[in-house]
Amino acid sequence: MSNTPKTWHAKSFWERNRKSGGYLLRSTSKRAIVNILRALLMFGLCFMILQPILSKISISLMSEKDIYDTTVIVLPRNPTTLNYTLTSHLMSYPTALMNTILISFITAVLQVAACTLVGYGFARYDFPLKRIWFACVILVIIVPPQVISTSLHVNFRFFDVFGIFNAIQGQPLNLRKTITPYLLMSMTCMGLKDGLYIYMLRQYFRGVPKSLEEAAYVDGCGSLHTFVRVMLPDALPILTSCFLFAFVWQWTDIFYSNTFMGTATLLSGELSRIAMRLSQYMADTQNASGSSVSIARQQQIIGTGVLMSTFPLIILYIFAQRGFVESLSMTGIKM
Amino acid sequence: MAKKKHVRTMRSKNAVTGYLFILPFIIGFLMFMLKPMAQSLMFSFEKVTPGLTGFTETFVGIQNYKFALTGDPDFPRFLVEEIGTMVTNSLATLVLSFVIAVFLNQKFKGRTFVRAVFFLPVILSSGVLFGLETNNDLMQSISTVANESGVNLTGTLEDILRLSGIGTRAFSVVFEIINGVYDIIMASGIQIIVFLSGLQTISPSMYEAADMEGCSRWESFWKITFPMVSPLLLVNCIYTIIDFFMKSDSENGVLDRISEVMLANLDYGLSAAMSWIYFGVAIALIGITSFIISKGVHYYE
Repeated sequence: MSNTPKTWHAKSFWERNRKSGGYLLRSTSKRAIVNILRALLMFGLCFMILQPILSKISISLMSEKDIYDTTVIVLPRNPTTLNYTLTSHLMSYPTALMNTILISFITAVLQVAACTLVGYGFARYDFPLKRIWFACVILVIIVPPQVISTSLHVNFRFFDVFGIFNAIQGQPLNLRKTITPYLLMSMTCMGLKDGLYIYMLRQYFRGVPKSLEEAAYVDGCGSLHTFVRVMLPDALPILTSCFLFAFVWQWTDIFYSNTFMGTATLLSGELSRIAMRLSQYMADTQNASGSSVSIARQQQIIGTGVLMSTFPLIILYIFAQRGFVESLSMTGIKM
Repeated sequence: MAKKKHVRTMRSKNAVTGYLFILPFIIGFLMFMLKPMAQSLMFSFEKVTPGLTGFTETFVGIQNYKFALTGDPDFPRFLVEEIGTMVTNSLATLVLSFVIAVFLNQKFKGRTFVRAVFFLPVILSSGVLFGLETNNDLMQSISTVANESGVNLTGTLEDILRLSGIGTRAFSVVFEIINGVYDIIMASGIQIIVFLSGLQTISPSMYEAADMEGCSRWESFWKITFPMVSPLLLVNCIYTIIDFFMKSDSENGVLDRISEVMLANLDYGLSAAMSWIYFGVAIALIGITSFIISKGVHYYE
């Protein structure tokens, strides 16, 4: 018994190949070619995704002289961190970072909390007009925020609920440039991509066996209690996924922040204004008239800004990669 | 009798609890979706002038729509361009993300790393970053420097191919696609996840059975893999189109024009009309594609 595999292994590749009539050689070489091609393709695509980040890192470390030097391609000749200091100053980085973290965190928590409730309601309870309300969720997913942005803009500029504020203060509230619109919209599932989260969570809860809750009901647990104590702990991976997406998308969003917050100090907003700031700064410090900033220099600063504002996200992604990817595909969500 | 009554109360209790659970959505939908949508629809038929304590509206009929489509210098051109790029980009995104998902589902060394890299665009390609990326590509500045010294390899190659005189048009299409690969990869993170989760639900025993019957890898790809993930094709197609339409990066001329009209010109009526035209086009495209795809989708129960 133990002898047979040994003698089989002892035969040389060519001998085995001859015995199989050339089949072994063909299949082995075919597999090798497929593997090499796949490796090439994967390497190329990965390189393409990572290359902009890597080149930004190398360029952000170059001094201004190095950018114009055609012999400097990847490694800076005079490495400097001055670009980071300048960009940090231009973006008011510490304030922007704190504000962005705060707003992204609060809105993400509120969004996930609200969407979980709603998703659970859609997955487990039967109520009249359920189909219509779910169609509304789909509508929320497919209506671009731009369509309603005009009137939301006006709505928050002259905010009022049934004329209450008008009666008390004599005029409607101006909620623009405050955080209130964000909070209101996240709490009521109308934030950035909330329809998608509702859909995902509903699909997840539909896949959980009903017997879990039935057992809880039999033991005398109420609806809300069952939801919090029995369903939520199991749903932690998918909740993390949703939270991470909400956090990251809020972080990089510019549309909502521009519409509602105006000129608040947020990373995304600061980033989009950085080019303007730079030429202003140059004009102020060097007493030069007009646009004295070269395109290359401007790109360098913008690149550094992009790096600095995505850096926290990349760190988060490295640590929570499983939360982003694996849990989403492991829960077997059929969208 | 008593039993019947019990059933009814249980159901109504369920209905009440269900409504309580989805209450946040209902409030939000009515306040921040339905109301603004109705208002925006109304705006699009009116001339709106903002004042200090509110805004005054005058009904002007379909004048805004007429102006957006025939009077505005940029809007119609942007809209047509947008639809064109959307069609080619969506097709390319679907094909590419499917191929990548198939590859990522195979076993090879460093798979975890490759997966992590492919999903990186999901967090990096959204919002402002994407806009800056495409608009002010760092490579652009390098290539201007490189151009001056005359060592631009791809540019020279393009020139040579162009000057060789064979089918200039065909080459420009090829260049466009090659240049667009980066954008497409950056936009296909979610689609890859969706396809991948679909691929993982296919049971290996199906492939085994096919293998036993003498089915080649190529055949089992088309007979098993493709039909099994075809429902996800529909989902991904819709997602891609929506994603493309909502992308508020600087390449999207239509959305730029809309917010320009709204924020700079303060012409709320015209901008609302433009948004509705845009939305209408999006809905029509989604409808057409889902109709076509749903005919060929195979549902495995």
